[in-house]
Amino acid sequence: MQPINTYLRGGGLALKDFEFLSPTTTDEAAQIKAAAGNKARVIAGGTDIIVQLRGGRFEIDQLIDVKNIPELNELSYSESDGLTIGAAVPCYKIYANSTVRSSYPSIVDCSELIGSIQIQGRATLGGNLVNSSPSGDSLPTLIALNAIAVVKSTSGTRNIPIVEFFTGPGRNVMADNELLVSIKFPAPNKNSGAAFLRFIPRNEMDIAVANVASYVTLSADKKNFETVRISIGAVGPTPYYAKDAGDLLAGQEVNDQNILKAAEAAKVYAKPITDMRGTIEQRIHLVGVLTKRTLDIAIKRARG
Amino acid sequence: MTDKIHVKTNLNGDNVDFLCEARQSLLEVLRDGLDMTGTKEGCNDGNCGACTVFLDGRIVDSCLVLAVEVEGKSVSTIEGVADVDKLHPVQQAFLENAALQCGICTPGFIMAAKALLEKEPDADEGRIRLWLAGNLCRCTGYDKIIRAVQSAGKDMQNI
Repeated sequence: MQPINTYLRGGGLALKDFEFLSPTTTDEAAQIKAAAGNKARVIAGGTDIIVQLRGGRFEIDQLIDVKNIPELNELSYSESDGLTIGAAVPCYKIYANSTVRSSYPSIVDCSELIGSIQIQGRATLGGNLVNSSPSGDSLPTLIALNAIAVVKSTSGTRNIPIVEFFTGPGRNVMADNELLVSIKFPAPNKNSGAAFLRFIPRNEMDIAVANVASYVTLSADKKNFETVRISIGAVGPTPYYAKDAGDLLAGQEVNDQNILKAAEAAKVYAKPITDMRGTIEQRIHLVGVLTKRTLDIAIKRARG
Repeated sequence: MTDKIHVKTNLNGDNVDFLCEARQSLLEVLRDGLDMTGTKEGCNDGNCGACTVFLDGRIVDSCLVLAVEVEGKSVSTIEGVADVDKLHPVQQAFLENAALQCGICTPGFIMAAKALLEKEPDADEGRIRLWLAGNLCRCTGYDKIIRAVQSAGKDMQNI
């Protein structure tokens, strides 16, 4: 416990000063990371890292502002490469983008409910990913849409499927010398739809008790499921890909009975804890409810 | 201790220079460095919205912006909202609807409401409540604030 007199207004806990760097290329940023490792951290929107620094979560020597690097500001789509969201693109730009709105509705669902309007003016999906909170509101969507993290260091660039990205609360497979460049999403399948839902006891501005994303591809006549990917969050140390829950729907008819089977199967993946936000029982129940509802919405969207 | 950093920005339409440490928030520099105390500190971690300012035309929590990040950008605070001799319609509506008690949250609410009404003066109650979810008030119970914003929206449509 810090004695009260070390509290500085505006600065939180007596925060050690650091060097502020604004590289304009990923090479430059990677060199800083190579030299300093986790003593150099990245700031994009700052809505997590500034709070973490004030809270004394870690100490840094250098803060790397990545907002002046063109690749990290990219927001582009092509049929061959799909959607690229640069690590420094704030939420408001993502949900205002017409391609995202028409082709990636579950990205709109989650980026529109992260924090407040003020937070969405700064916060990035890249930061949400790297921060790797178990309840991070974009993370189930990234898993369900089969997104890939593009990560760079001085030894090169590697692509990490998000489904293999998380290793624990606030932990992931990125090394201390690596920098997130962008998140890539495959072009949406034909006859597909996606949705994300979060349960919170308030209407807005809260941390998920449970959250679920679904991505559904239907047959050409839209009567059967072709493939389904379901991901659940805030119910374990990391968000999970509920593989079996989606797989059991492949080739099956679209009806309530099958959807409820998938919802039950998703609940098996939930390994929640009881805390001030919810109990184990409530969270497992919510996974079932949210799985059903996200499937319903995703099917509706797939049918247009 | 690293050297102080020279930052050039535009504040409420004026070009302004200041010196700051990298660790200092925009909120801290506004209040303690530039004596612009209209922007309030509430929670200092991005929950309450009392420190809401415009940064390049969008509202942000100034407690979660480092002062060095505003280099070359434009910042607008509550001090820049009123004309010389006339309050902004949102300010006027807050007075007429008694939409404040202690007043600490008020500058943040006015900045956030102004951002909404400039784009959507006809925003309905649900839209206003959602937009203002990042601004907390412990006095009014919100209803008077919502009514003030609706009233200001009507005024702004008539201008």
